[in-house]
Amino acid sequence: MSVWLWIILTLIVIGAVGWAFRAVGRAIRPGPFFRDMPFGVAYGYALAVALLLGGVWLWTLPNAIFFRWAVEGFFGFSIAAYLFRLLGRSVGTAWTRKMFRAMPLTAAFGLMVILIYAVLAIFAGVIAPHGQSEIFPLANVVPGGDPAMGGNPDFPLGTDQIGRDILSRLIYGAQNTVGIAFATTLIAFFLGGSLGFLAATLGGWLDQLLSRMVDVLMAIPSLIFALLLMTIASVWAGGEKGLLTLYMVLIIAVIDSTRVFRLARAVGQNIVVMDYIEAAKLRGEGLGYLVFREILPNATAPLLAEFGLRFCFVFLTIASLSFLGVGIQPPLADWGTMVRDLAQFINFAAFAPMVASAPLLAAGSIALLTVAVNFVVDWMLHRSSGLKE
Amino acid sequence: MQSVIRIILQRLALGLLTLFVVSIVIFVAVNSLPGDFAQALLGQGATPEAVAAIRTSLGLDQPMVTRYLGWLAGALHGDLGSSFAQANFTTFTGTTSGAKTVAQQIAPRFANTMFLAGVTAAIAVPIAVTLGLLAALYRNSVFDRAVNILTLSSISSPEFFVAYILILFLAVLNPILPSLSNIYEGMAFSDRLDKTLLPALTLTLVVTAHMMRMTRAAIINLLASPYIEMARLKGVSPLRVIVRHALPNALAPIINVVALNLAYLITGVVVVEVVFVYPGIGQLFVDSVKIRDIPVVQACCLIFASAYILLNLTADILSILSNPRLRHPK
Repeated sequence: MSVWLWIILTLIVIGAVGWAFRAVGRAIRPGPFFRDMPFGVAYGYALAVALLLGGVWLWTLPNAIFFRWAVEGFFGFSIAAYLFRLLGRSVGTAWTRKMFRAMPLTAAFGLMVILIYAVLAIFAGVIAPHGQSEIFPLANVVPGGDPAMGGNPDFPLGTDQIGRDILSRLIYGAQNTVGIAFATTLIAFFLGGSLGFLAATLGGWLDQLLSRMVDVLMAIPSLIFALLLMTIASVWAGGEKGLLTLYMVLIIAVIDSTRVFRLARAVGQNIVVMDYIEAAKLRGEGLGYLVFREILPNATAPLLAEFGLRFCFVFLTIASLSFLGVGIQPPLADWGTMVRDLAQFINFAAFAPMVASAPLLAAGSIALLTVAVNFVVDWMLHRSSGLKE
Repeated sequence: MQSVIRIILQRLALGLLTLFVVSIVIFVAVNSLPGDFAQALLGQGATPEAVAAIRTSLGLDQPMVTRYLGWLAGALHGDLGSSFAQANFTTFTGTTSGAKTVAQQIAPRFANTMFLAGVTAAIAVPIAVTLGLLAALYRNSVFDRAVNILTLSSISSPEFFVAYILILFLAVLNPILPSLSNIYEGMAFSDRLDKTLLPALTLTLVVTAHMMRMTRAAIINLLASPYIEMARLKGVSPLRVIVRHALPNALAPIINVVALNLAYLITGVVVVEVVFVYPGIGQLFVDSVKIRDIPVVQACCLIFASAYILLNLTADILSILSNPRLRHPK
């Protein structure tokens, strides 16, 4: 009960500080800023200051290691994103320089992270110090690389329960998890996009049939449906792990293509009624020309934004499936599986923070990429919608 | 009034039809398996006679349509068949006394999941609506931007990342809440709440972000309307503008947002229950998927899908009820 009392007392004190702040401001600086300030805003300022002070206080505590790491990571990434934007503003063609000038920091952060992941994914084989399924006789090496603490400089992030290098697996995870998610999204877009445009151009019974089918598929929550189909796929695939991964790609692609279909059809329907489509039809152009040369170029902006969002959903679905143990199969290194395998290390956080960070690094890699893509998509949507609120 | 009842009945019929088609999809998907249940049940080295005996006893020798109708009729009566794992159990022990039907397995877990969802909703809805309102009021301020970044990050993080971060800070480093939710029958309510709080908080973080963003968008849309400007111009205080003029009209979109996000909870519940070993229906579902216990998978899938359809239907009906313009389409 005393906890609640403390919280209420703190809030009251903050309220008093906010009120005093406004009163002092009114006395010192006449003018509309303080005069028209509602109490809620003053309270907000006081609350922000209190949160900041609390953060600084936590920072100075000797055993708040994870909090310090989080803050350091936050500021490190912010500074890196700022430098990245500076670099983008001074290097490159006139077009990219102009783009970087108008870019908010969040979008610069997103672009930077996506670039880093792309490099990691493409050159994983060169960057990673060891193979992804290479098993060393040293299992459970403590991360940190300090021999006195039970580490090994060969394995900066330690090894897992059966002796695989965690750093190498994290790097290969970029290749496997991101690569598979990217391929899945491409298939989903090809499938959903072409069917959606086809439904929009042709209309009639084909449109009705496809739309009703998509309605039914969308009535089942996607993760649940994916799990159901994975059960069946695992029977079909038998013991072959590679085949099961392929089935997973196809299943998620089909499930997600329903969402793409909806968007492509809606966008396509708006374009089909335009005069230039009419003109093309009168010229006697074929269906392929209509879809790929007339509709597709005019639908790129919404589709591109949707591609980013869809990639996030696919990526998260695959990570969740892997975390639940039915997604990407070993020996392929994958972040979702790594989180599940290393999860129990979190319980050592109190006395060995480095050990506990391994599963969080894997889960954090997933979160970082989706956050980055979302930031970029947010910015793109904001830019394409112009000055709209 | 007549038209309202007609619209609701129409939507209900449409929902039932969707559910019916979804049940067909689930049944066909599951029954497209090569081999059959009997083979899977007995494993390798089963004599053909034994397989045939099981097939007749489970009714697998009937045509697919008959089996589907039988399954549907059973499901409507609350009889979802018996699970493979339990059937294996009875063949090994030789008794049927300890075996449970799928319905008996699911019922207590369903109640647990509803409890978790209820606790989550009770925490998330007030927070999300308040934050959404504040963000809309002070839009484009520092507060709005900070909330925007925070919610975007929490939407994009996988549920298990949020869950493990919460475990790290609230269970391991500062042992305030238990990291495993072992819930059993006959538990005191406060105890149960204590065990449920961490999974509920995880779900809250994810759902609140969605709900808050949608509430913000709905209110901003509303604040641009002429009657709000009128109220402001005649000198009504900002709080009064919100409470008297904006909120009653915003109720419809907000209710819609809440119902849609409760539907979203259904998917989120699966991963979170696995992380916290919460004995709910999501965990049963994942476990059954792993051991290919098809009757349980089928039943869970049907339950999830019906809850999803029901919540979407509720959102639909409520938004029609609260918006007269939708009731009288031009």
